[in-house]
Amino acid sequence: MIRVENVYKSFAGRPVLQDVSLTIHEGSTQAIIGRSGSGKSVLMKHIIGLLQPDQGRVLVNHTDIGKISYGELRKIRRQFGVLFQGGALFDSMDSFENVAFPLRTFTTKTDQEIRQEVQTCLDLVQLSNVGSKSTSALSGGMRKRVALARAIALRPRYIIYDEPTSGLDPETSNTINELIKNLAHHLEITSIVVTHDMHSVLQIADHVAFIHNTRMHWTGTTEELHQSTDTVLRSFVKANEYVIGAQH
Amino acid sequence: MPQVVLRVAKPFMNIGRFTILMSSAFMSLRELKTYRQNTQIQMVRIGIESIPIVALAAAFSGAVTTVQTAYQLVSPLIPPKIIGAVVVPSLTMELGAVVTGFILSGRVGARIAAELGTMRVTEQIDALEAMGLNSIGYLIVPRVLAGILMVPVLYVAACVIGVLGGVAAAELTGAVSSPEFILGAREHFDIFGPYFGLIKSFVFGFLITAVSCHIGYFTEGGADGVGRSTTRAAVMSCVLILIADLVLAILLL
Repeated sequence: MIRVENVYKSFAGRPVLQDVSLTIHEGSTQAIIGRSGSGKSVLMKHIIGLLQPDQGRVLVNHTDIGKISYGELRKIRRQFGVLFQGGALFDSMDSFENVAFPLRTFTTKTDQEIRQEVQTCLDLVQLSNVGSKSTSALSGGMRKRVALARAIALRPRYIIYDEPTSGLDPETSNTINELIKNLAHHLEITSIVVTHDMHSVLQIADHVAFIHNTRMHWTGTTEELHQSTDTVLRSFVKANEYVIGAQH
Repeated sequence: MPQVVLRVAKPFMNIGRFTILMSSAFMSLRELKTYRQNTQIQMVRIGIESIPIVALAAAFSGAVTTVQTAYQLVSPLIPPKIIGAVVVPSLTMELGAVVTGFILSGRVGARIAAELGTMRVTEQIDALEAMGLNSIGYLIVPRVLAGILMVPVLYVAACVIGVLGGVAAAELTGAVSSPEFILGAREHFDIFGPYFGLIKSFVFGFLITAVSCHIGYFTEGGADGVGRSTTRAAVMSCVLILIADLVLAILLL
């Protein structure tokens, strides 16, 4: 379980997160939504300890990650897989090597075992034949899928998706959403999806947290989102071309 | 904080951040086994791949120094072998290390800053950290170690090729014959010269790679930020080489 408790963060005196709290339950898919610049990605970086809160704390499996050594934090991070917005693939390596990288670094598997594992991961993201392709030769959707294969290579307990469908066409977005759903089911992973794409949220999330003006404005299940009368939330949802009332 | 205070404090903040970064890199040396392969790759990139340009610059420096020394020492009272006695110490004590340093500031410093800067703005460094890897250990330690180990090697190559360039220029211009040039160099040879040059190249190797890593690692912004970091790394490396050159001369001579 991951708990974010009363987190405050500011950059150069400008508040980015104020009194943000959130509990992410094991096995669930939690969406964190909000406008661009609302602090979603900053919250995501707090969850894996890439940023430290000015106030408040983040607990991963009851461990306050702000109070442990860097070595212990790195061990906790190995329980996470992260899909960054642009994929963050290492451009000095081809697609295969990108997926193999965490396996080579953190396991004692043989080359043959690594080859098999990488192929399994690429199969899971439906990209069986891109192993030798340079990352610069991949399309946006393919980059995200290779990055996803890398994120699941160590079979993480938690996986964080930062804007998984941004910049993708609707069809590719649907493919990514399906993948996220399937991986959560297939690998029994707790998923955290940072997005402003309501279509994604409705397809994949069990729980939704809405950040507005640097504060946690609303939290609830996807069902509760449908029934919410909160004007700010409804306005955000409508702006995403999704009319809640149309479905009810 | 007022803008003026920030501007005044910035260099000190940078020095503090550089010190913390290098301390973290030093602490990461415990995990060197993990970064061994990356260190070997960097040794090839920084050292082996720089040999052609360093050799070219050293050969011309040796040749030009020989021609200019011959021009200034034309006198029936001065034997021509003195040219060798002037050119060789100039190369071993100053030109070999400084020319190598300047070449590497542009070639290696800019490359390191561009690589790390791009990795920073495309979240590749965050990806390394998120995986549970020590990004400082993985990215900075191999580059700085490769700089410290390979720049002295390049210095030795630069000195040898510089002397050969000098001999060739002496022969071509007829200023002095090769045997006389070598005789002069040997008669006035002081072993301290190469030692001094090696110490300088070791320091320059650290400065170029460490400063460029620092600038690249903390790059902000997109392509513009990477461009600024690349230029800053090359310029800062050159400036620091000049300062270190003077400080070492004062301390060691």
